Amino acid sequence: MKVKLRNPDRVVEVDGPRTVSALLNRLEVVSEAVLVIRDATLLTRDEPLGPDDELEVRPVLSGGSLPPGDGR
Amino acid sequence: MKCKVCRAHAVVDIRRHNAAFCQDHFVDHVNSQVAKAIKEFKMVTAEDRLLVAVSGGKDSLAVWDILMNLGYDTTGFYLDLGIGGYSGRSKEAAVAFADSRGVKLIVRSLREEHGFSVPELSTLTGRVPCSGCGLNKRYEFNRAALEEGFDVLVTGHNLDDEVATLFGNVLGWNTQMLGRQRPVLEERVVSAGAARAFVRKIKPLIRIAERETAAYALIRGIDYIVEECPMVEGNTQHRYKEALTLLEEASPGTKHRMYFGFLKNVSDRFAEDRGATELIPCAGCGAPTVASGAHATGELMCSFCKTKALAQARRAEREDATGRGVKRR
Repeated sequence: MKVKLRNPDRVVEVDGPRTVSALLNRLEVVSEAVLVIRDATLLTRDEPLGPDDELEVRPVLSGGSLPPGDGR
Repeated sequence: MKCKVCRAHAVVDIRRHNAAFCQDHFVDHVNSQVAKAIKEFKMVTAEDRLLVAVSGGKDSLAVWDILMNLGYDTTGFYLDLGIGGYSGRSKEAAVAFADSRGVKLIVRSLREEHGFSVPELSTLTGRVPCSGCGLNKRYEFNRAALEEGFDVLVTGHNLDDEVATLFGNVLGWNTQMLGRQRPVLEERVVSAGAARAFVRKIKPLIRIAERETAAYALIRGIDYIVEECPMVEGNTQHRYKEALTLLEEASPGTKHRMYFGFLKNVSDRFAEDRGATELIPCAGCGAPTVASGAHATGELMCSFCKTKALAQARRAEREDATGRGVKRR
């Protein structure tokens, strides 16, 4: 299956995983830190995968500087 | 997995709730969690005019969308920070969202308002980019809300943001910040009877994890900017989030327990440190600033004006040196 990864954007080929959880384990990605998307649809961690799937593993944790208060 | 509500095929699982949802019921779940937070912490009334600070990212656009779903009177505010192509793309996302929903978005530019971008401010003052960025946002969000006559400023802080901030405040035992870390910061005035100095600020997404705001945005067709700010690499807050997410993975509910346990059992113990600090008008811009801090430094200027003055002075020095043909080391 083809898996799109982000930051930076790239596509990797992965063979073997039969579920989303197995794929994330293979990629050594923490499942709480990503969404897995197939055909613009979100997948739960137990969702079965096929060898011809095209997936995106999208990170969800942003850093940055949202202002924590107002300095008062 | 099946949807907890209708038993249809689920698309999002939330381990800390031991639940999964189909698209429609996930959207209902998120909306109800936000409504619950608004009610629990008395964030707004139905009559309030809300200014939503949007970055083009998932959290701020999601909270704007949810507040519209819940029937509130909202307007967006986007501050162009001047971070190269990233700011251009994030602005496009914010504008596209506002256009798609037919709602008003106020756009201001840091460079047009004050003469510098976030990267320029960092270079000129030596201030860490994320620190300078936060200072600029706090100042400009509050100023915009006051000038445009809004009752409340809304930010897209989610559960992950809040628990990471809490974690950092605990690591450093920053009791003053622990005292102030609340889902609502009430409006304040410089002196009794005077005009508002700080507008009320609220964080309606505190019950929603970051993974859920991303899922919500995707399901709702919100085309948010996925790429990370190029200046965020090595950001401390991000490291805390990663560490806490590892704990959450091993023990779902950890983040929720830490943050809401803090609000319920601990926060009030730091009420004294929260401090009803005296506010005075800044000598530079008239915006409110903490009197004790100003007196301590012998200056009556707010942090923003001090930083801006430093940037302007450094720029003048450089231009002067360049004009005289002096090479900088």
